[in-house]
Amino acid sequence: MTRKRFQLIEHTADVGLVAYGETLAKAFANAAYGLFSIIAELKTVKETETRQLELSEEDPEALLFEWLNSLIYLFDVEMILFKRFEITDFDGCRLRAVCYGEKYDPSRHQLKTGVKAATYHMLKVDGEKNQVQVIFDI
Amino acid sequence: MAQPNKPLEKIDDYRWRMPKSYKTGMRVPGIIYTDEDMLKQLMKEQALEQVANVAFLPGIVDYSLAMPDIHWGYGFPIGGVAATRVDDGVVSPGGVGFDINCGVRLLRTNLTGEEVYPRIKELIDSLYNNVPSGVGSKGNIRLRGAEINEVMVKGSRWAVEHGYGRPEDLDTTEERGEMPRADPARVSSRARERGTPQLGTLGSGNHFLEVALVDHIYEPDIAGVMGINQIGQVMLYIHCGSRGLGHQVADDYIKEMVRAMTKYDISLPDRQLACSPVKSPEGQAYLAAMRCAANYAWANRQCITHWVRQSFCQILGKSEKEAGLELIYDVTHNIAKIEEHKVHGKQQRLCVHRKGATRAFPAGHPDVPAKYAKIGQPVLIPGDMGRVSYVLVGTEQAMEETFGSTCHGAGRVQSRTAAKKHLNGRAVLESLQSRGITVRAGSLPGLAEEASEAYKDVTSVVEVAHRAGISKIVARTRPIGVIKG
Repeated sequence: MTRKRFQLIEHTADVGLVAYGETLAKAFANAAYGLFSIIAELKTVKETETRQLELSEEDPEALLFEWLNSLIYLFDVEMILFKRFEITDFDGCRLRAVCYGEKYDPSRHQLKTGVKAATYHMLKVDGEKNQVQVIFDI
Repeated sequence: MAQPNKPLEKIDDYRWRMPKSYKTGMRVPGIIYTDEDMLKQLMKEQALEQVANVAFLPGIVDYSLAMPDIHWGYGFPIGGVAATRVDDGVVSPGGVGFDINCGVRLLRTNLTGEEVYPRIKELIDSLYNNVPSGVGSKGNIRLRGAEINEVMVKGSRWAVEHGYGRPEDLDTTEERGEMPRADPARVSSRARERGTPQLGTLGSGNHFLEVALVDHIYEPDIAGVMGINQIGQVMLYIHCGSRGLGHQVADDYIKEMVRAMTKYDISLPDRQLACSPVKSPEGQAYLAAMRCAANYAWANRQCITHWVRQSFCQILGKSEKEAGLELIYDVTHNIAKIEEHKVHGKQQRLCVHRKGATRAFPAGHPDVPAKYAKIGQPVLIPGDMGRVSYVLVGTEQAMEETFGSTCHGAGRVQSRTAAKKHLNGRAVLESLQSRGITVRAGSLPGLAEEASEAYKDVTSVVEVAHRAGISKIVARTRPIGVIKG
């Protein structure tokens, strides 16, 4: 059995998650998967669209914040539900990724919860455990 | 996690003092407005820790305050109020939040429950069709080119000039729906891109439209000035904010301020509190962009108001004049404002952050509309969708104690994940219907997250605000129809 990709954490007003991976890059990818699992039911989402992201920030925490918020921005303007994330280049402060998903189609997709943003509150990047934590504003 | 063993000092039944010794680094003590029961709940989460963290902000005066609906937020607690000196204090985008100028407006009508009940399903359907809502909803307004800039500068006035609503709506909107010194040049292209198609949409989460009936009037004279005249009178609430535009402005400036923290030698226990001096280029740019998002949110609620009026008139076969549908007031509950307040007997210019808190200015304050000069500013406190909501007014005591602020809603007690685990959307829908509340929701899981059980009882919250004297209860309403984004 494969290890759980992410786990939701309890927060009174909002929703948070801890994401895991064999590498930190995988944990970043799983955090993004967790984000879109909060937004929609991903089972019926196909991989017909790809978007590439290239990000560079001052530290891993800023990179995680920017990564998740860039995806929220993409969803907001293009209505693409992403379900798979290939992070090709990653050094903790920079990443290059290809994101796969499909444009929202109300006849086949179920949206669950709108996510306004990823916040810095309790945001953690653990390079030893390859684990990240984030709280979203709902 | 929460540190329940640290002592809070009880001042009276509705006020607790958090001494500076609660956490090393606090610049001022905290004051929490709550009661014994709600305090027990607070001890279980991190809201108190957040009150302490806010007290770290450079230039904060008097106290880090928590209104009676305080609960665990991100950075600031929800229900958090902090005032910083304009001269040498900071502004924190996290003290406003991602949904800049999330707010509530209340319309009164000349209609009674007897007239509306028989048509309530049609009315809710019409409202649902007329006002786009839900995750990622796009609006019916087509903004051309740089028109979004005009929306960000003029706010509600832009909407009224384009046929959405009545000129007199501006008289009863906080800031007249148009904060001055909004500079669209400070708003990123990403924010415009998100905001342009979303104008005139409700969004999701806890945003809603609610048709309600007046079910108790506590202060008939004050209520009368607002046009709240009788039990059974139909009212309508609109709760929403600045949509993707505001979220992106917050995101952009939190990032910028995280980077600027070293430059200004500021260190804080939570990055989400990232801030810059009010007078710094970063602080000024944020405030100019925040005002754009605030104005956008007012334009948003103003456009929705127009469609709400259309639905009412169409379904009930009344003219706007017959139906009434006047705007009682519109308040923002996520904002930072430059205001004058007395600190230690001296008038000072402060940057007042209200994160899930409502302005509550008293009678006679120059910022209160002429119509309400004698009664004070209306304060609108929606409860959860199955229970009651309240109309209050601001008080002199709020001016003295809380920089003219009070609570903004019920406040959650149960997490969204827990609510979904224990309740399912269908059951919540049926339970509301069995209580005579017609509901339309974009998403059933979303509905479960917003169930009554997930919220504090708003009555306990407003009672604390009332008894502590930071606002005064005027009237109570009960929902008969709800649209959840």
